[in-house]
Amino acid sequence: MLQIRNLHVSVAGKPILKGIDLDVGPGEVHAIMGPNGSGKSTLAQVLAGRSGYEVSQGSVRYLDRDLFLLPPEARARAGIFLAFQYPMEIPGVANAQFLRTALNSQHRARGEAEVDAFDFLEHVKGKLALLEMDDGFLYRSLNEGFSGGEKKRNEILQMLVLEPRLAILDETDSGLDIDALQVVARGVNAMRSPDRAIVLVTHYQRLLEHIVPDRVHVLAAGRIVRSGDRDLAMELEDKGYGWLNAGADFEEDRP
Amino acid sequence: MGNNDLQRHIDTPYRWGFVTEIEQETIPMGLDEGVIRRLSARKDEPDFMLDWRLEAYRHWLTMQEPDWATVSYPAIDYQAIHYFSAPKAGNQPRSLAEVDPKLLATYEKLGIPLNEREALAGVAVDAVFDSVSVATTFKDKLEALGIIFCPFSEAVRRHPDLVRLYLGSVVPHTDNFFAALNAAVFSDGTFVYVPKGVHCPMELSTYFRINARDTGQFERTLIIADEGSYVSYLEGCTAPQRDENQLHAAVVELIALKDARIKYATVQNWYPGDAEGRGGIYNFVTKRGDCRGDHSHISWTQVETGSAITWKYPSCILRGDNSVGEFYSVALTNHHQQADTGTKMIHIGRNSRSTIVSKGISAGRGRNAYRGLVKMLKGAEGARNHSQCDSLLMGPDCAAHTFPYIEVKNPTATVEHEATTSRIGDDQLFYLRSRGLTEEDAVNLIVNGFCKEVFKELPMEFAVEAQKLLAVSLEGAVG
Repeated sequence: MLQIRNLHVSVAGKPILKGIDLDVGPGEVHAIMGPNGSGKSTLAQVLAGRSGYEVSQGSVRYLDRDLFLLPPEARARAGIFLAFQYPMEIPGVANAQFLRTALNSQHRARGEAEVDAFDFLEHVKGKLALLEMDDGFLYRSLNEGFSGGEKKRNEILQMLVLEPRLAILDETDSGLDIDALQVVARGVNAMRSPDRAIVLVTHYQRLLEHIVPDRVHVLAAGRIVRSGDRDLAMELEDKGYGWLNAGADFEEDRP
Repeated sequence: MGNNDLQRHIDTPYRWGFVTEIEQETIPMGLDEGVIRRLSARKDEPDFMLDWRLEAYRHWLTMQEPDWATVSYPAIDYQAIHYFSAPKAGNQPRSLAEVDPKLLATYEKLGIPLNEREALAGVAVDAVFDSVSVATTFKDKLEALGIIFCPFSEAVRRHPDLVRLYLGSVVPHTDNFFAALNAAVFSDGTFVYVPKGVHCPMELSTYFRINARDTGQFERTLIIADEGSYVSYLEGCTAPQRDENQLHAAVVELIALKDARIKYATVQNWYPGDAEGRGGIYNFVTKRGDCRGDHSHISWTQVETGSAITWKYPSCILRGDNSVGEFYSVALTNHHQQADTGTKMIHIGRNSRSTIVSKGISAGRGRNAYRGLVKMLKGAEGARNHSQCDSLLMGPDCAAHTFPYIEVKNPTATVEHEATTSRIGDDQLFYLRSRGLTEEDAVNLIVNGFCKEVFKELPMEFAVEAQKLLAVSLEGAVG
């Protein structure tokens, strides 16, 4: 589904990713872990198409297409979803209005029927319940005045509504208490299916107690320095990132 | 732009050889007392009307064109304008095929029905279309309730006592340069009177008044809501109106007596000029409401997206105790448009309240200024005002200014003012695009969110159209 080959990315002339190789197949859940400044978020942003990142080498193919030829909206319409670490606030735009607009632009692009307000409510109600969000969420301005936990839940709600093929979650667990973490994990687990891939970007192992990954990759200084199964995450939890420091220099500054 | 276009328009010969009767209707360009006398005579006006016009004209001669607004334009030659004319008929396109294709594309996007497109574009339509019969039906219903809703010139002839009593009582002919000019030469407009205790059952709109077209650049509107009555009036139309006039100097007067309520909504989409700033309407308008009675209520809602220059301050005089004034505004300037708009809330009555919500959107090289006065006079015991002025900037070349003036002469009065300026951020756009919205849809969503507090004051259908209109006006503003 996703093939990343020798990906090099710089921000403002400074190299951040220095040769990433990664294969993610349908039905798989991958966790990308690493210390602050290792390039995890950069990788997530580049896949979603944020501007300001310069790809100097390498390629990314998604469903047999060159990902870098697609603007962000085309990637979304092709089934890529990024749950933001810091979701944006859009004042005056009701959550429901935004979600339905997003859903319908994806439907239109795929030649599917648009969803009217009634069908949309049907579509979204069960998902709200799963995330223990009340209906009031739909009518609040998008992320405006939401607590950190509410914003993260709202990202997961968007993912459930848009039903992407490839979901990338950028530190969705950061800043969540244990109850909220479980709710978010429940949402993500509900999305697991044989034709959908999930990439979890996280600093901590604790999310992986609730969402069990098929593969774990450790990113350090812009390279994947170790890949393994979920036991690798356990080991990291015990020994810390310093344990991996076999020659790779860790940079603490983030992009 | 400016005088050259005006001149060219004036100089345009009758290309299609119109009949002599029409030619005779034109009074030669320029302005003097003779022109005003002929104009008044042509309209069969009673003497008081002519005297009023002449008085206004004489006063106008002593006045200077104002220069305090943050707008710039070449000098207007007031002797190079036709003050009463039918040459527009000569300029009318005969079918949609003769109309600017860009204008037609916009109608298409706004979903304007075909026959209305013709009317809007100024096509000389002979066929009777639906709105004519619709208009007549409504007129009968309104008359049964005692509501007068007619062209201003008809009101002057049929209801001279009402006109005489209220005309100029809110905006006197001495008020300002453009109001004086309007008083001297106004061609037509709308008159509304709602009798005591009557709740007008429908939105009144110029759209339903078939002869609202071609009222010319000096329109005059007078709305009187008698004690305990209610009326909601919608001016304008969301489609861009083809108009050859450069200068529009309209006057609107609202009078709300005891316990009466007037809601006045405007959607203004006159020709804004092209992307390089050539052409476009100068919209210099004086609008004022008088909350004359206790517990009276006037609200202004405006969505201003058109005109090359907008100079407009719909205001409320809160004379009655416990009276309420409201101003909700969205003003959008794109390309080279300039807007200097806002309101005045003059608190005279005790416990009078006012609310101001102004949303300015600037894109391209647009310039947008909010100018507002809140005045609490000595007797305005316990009066309150809350103002909120927000500006949204798109791109590096536009500008937004806020000029709030506050004068408080009563220590118990409360005035609150909040202002914000924000820019549509790349981060916001990326967030929305990453969910599948195009950049244009993302901008529209953000802009609509920004304007929400104003749109909710509009009747539902018009709120929907206003959203579409903003989208059309902002096309190409980003990316």
